[in-house]
Amino acid sequence: MKNVLKHRGALAGCLALLVFVFLPFAGFSIPWILPGTLNVVNSSGTLIVLALCFLFAGVAVGYDLMIGFTGLLSLGPVLYFASGAYVFDIAITRWSWPLVPALGLTFAVAFVLAVLLGAIALRVDGIAFAMVTLAFAQAFYFLIENNPHNLTGGDTGLALSDLRLPTFLSGAVSNTRNLYWVALAFLVVAFLVVWLVTESVTGHIFVAIRENERRLDVLGIKPFRFKLASFVLSSLIAAGGGVIFILVIGTAVPSTVASTSVTISILIMVVLGGSGTRWGAVMGAMVYIYLQQYLLKVSGEPSFATLPAVLRVPLSQPQFLLGALFVLFVLFVPGGIAGLFARFAATRNPSLDKPRWRTLSVAKALKK
Amino acid sequence: MSAFLVITFSGLALGAIYFLAASGLSLIYGLMDILNFAHGLFMTLGAYAGYEVAVHLTSSLGAPASLTLAILASILGGAIAAGITEVFLIRPLYGRPVSQILVTIGLDLAVVGLLMGGFGSSSLQIPVPTWLLLATHVGSLNLPNASFLALGAGVIVLLVLEWFLRRTRYGIIIRAGVENREMVSALGIDVGRAFTLVFVIGGAMAGLAGLLYSLVFSGDLVSPAQGDSLLIFAFIVVVIGGLGSIRGSAVAALIVGLLQDYTSFYIGGHQGWAEIGNLSVVLLLAVVLEWRPRGLFGSVA
Repeated sequence: MKNVLKHRGALAGCLALLVFVFLPFAGFSIPWILPGTLNVVNSSGTLIVLALCFLFAGVAVGYDLMIGFTGLLSLGPVLYFASGAYVFDIAITRWSWPLVPALGLTFAVAFVLAVLLGAIALRVDGIAFAMVTLAFAQAFYFLIENNPHNLTGGDTGLALSDLRLPTFLSGAVSNTRNLYWVALAFLVVAFLVVWLVTESVTGHIFVAIRENERRLDVLGIKPFRFKLASFVLSSLIAAGGGVIFILVIGTAVPSTVASTSVTISILIMVVLGGSGTRWGAVMGAMVYIYLQQYLLKVSGEPSFATLPAVLRVPLSQPQFLLGALFVLFVLFVPGGIAGLFARFAATRNPSLDKPRWRTLSVAKALKK
Repeated sequence: MSAFLVITFSGLALGAIYFLAASGLSLIYGLMDILNFAHGLFMTLGAYAGYEVAVHLTSSLGAPASLTLAILASILGGAIAAGITEVFLIRPLYGRPVSQILVTIGLDLAVVGLLMGGFGSSSLQIPVPTWLLLATHVGSLNLPNASFLALGAGVIVLLVLEWFLRRTRYGIIIRAGVENREMVSALGIDVGRAFTLVFVIGGAMAGLAGLLYSLVFSGDLVSPAQGDSLLIFAFIVVVIGGLGSIRGSAVAALIVGLLQDYTSFYIGGHQGWAEIGNLSVVLLLAVVLEWRPRGLFGSVA
């Protein structure tokens, strides 16, 4: 019995995965929660919203590997997300490359960028590291806006041409279901990678770096290479998320793909869910994206315009509601959603092993 | 040559605004270890406070008087916003530096969203007196009056801040706290009050910076996200100058302002180099950190 309880997290995960895999076949809609019939291939945005949830969940769990497990507060994941989206988009649209070489180039570029910029940024730590990664990401944003050799399309962005894509992926309208599965597959891969790494020796060194870097140095393990490894791995996952994003959304615009607000969103997802717990980041991202899209939809409904201005103005801004929710979580729910679950489980069944939730201890990384 | 001097002048004005934004950030970080992401919000709120005052008072008081009041309103608006933030959001989280950073991120997001809902997400025009749009002839040069305003404000604030930090009791407590906070509280001094004070001072300067940026560099327009784009440059200035150092911020602000103006004027005009001004600033940051990881004026500790 105890064994079952220990693995109930994994069980719940597999069950949820099963439900999500078969969801596109469900011939019904869930009013209010999932509007629009689910099995209609192209009529509803529901599957697209879920696909966005999955892809950001993957990116968030990759980011959690870096900030939650290794204690590196990078404020630049958007750089790799944007490089994934733009390099893939440019290879396919501007140079008419086939899918596989385009993917290869995308990950090669992300890898080189992450190794180079990570090595520079990791020369400093704490707040300075956060600042440098933020600045690099901003530089990349300016570069995209700059539209070198007319590659990125500057402000107006670059729509993905689906001429060179395999037919099962081309066009968000006709292949919503396939894109949904691709996004789900990305989440599964990202989660498995992070899971395998955090359970490995390397992952334990990551946590050791977070807890006490100097001690590791004394033990003869050079933290730098491991910090870089965590940074690069996290960045590659973000680049993968960028590729999925451009496939699902179909166009890359600097303000939605490359701006600091994307970093802030990913950070909020991880903290909202509870950092350093893997599934917390996944939950946080799903809740964040779902709420964002849902609030946007609700505020567009005609009945909404009849509300008095005092209610209408704040409620029409998902950014306000999400920001306020986040502030409340930071103030009153320090461990995020995962922390809530842990507390609930502890009060329900105190005899269980102490939960292994590792709450945010980036504080230690910053104090040095 | 005259183009060079005009660009230099405008770069100095930009540097003055960066200084106003960055010195508060640097003080807050030095004293409290908080990376204040809401600083961009304080700038935006200052600009909107100035806008509101200018719009409502220009018809009754005339443009020059209402502009003066608008500047005061921007200072007051930034200070009040910062004071409220410190007391209600930062104070409950003392001892949890990461949560403090996160709370300022959430606050920025929420209130910018609220501004978009209330004022619309497009830019609004501040009514200003005509002389602000004109230029003064100095020798053979045409120097914009608005830039004089920014430079004057920067110099006055620098002098007042230096006087405050060196000559007044609270200023000395703040400087001591930046050096060694534990020792200051061990001596029985209420550092908590200094925290609020630093936030209020930083917020006041940020509010002023926000309005001045609109008046000098964005054609008298205010928009909900303007503070957030300025914030990144303010962060860069703080890191280059050395976290916690006011003089470092002042020097770095001028270097960054000048570099940004020179590069965008001399290189940015060429095809495909439009963003070089912004890019060169980030490059400078990377170079400085490679050479001096603690910034130009940063302490060793």
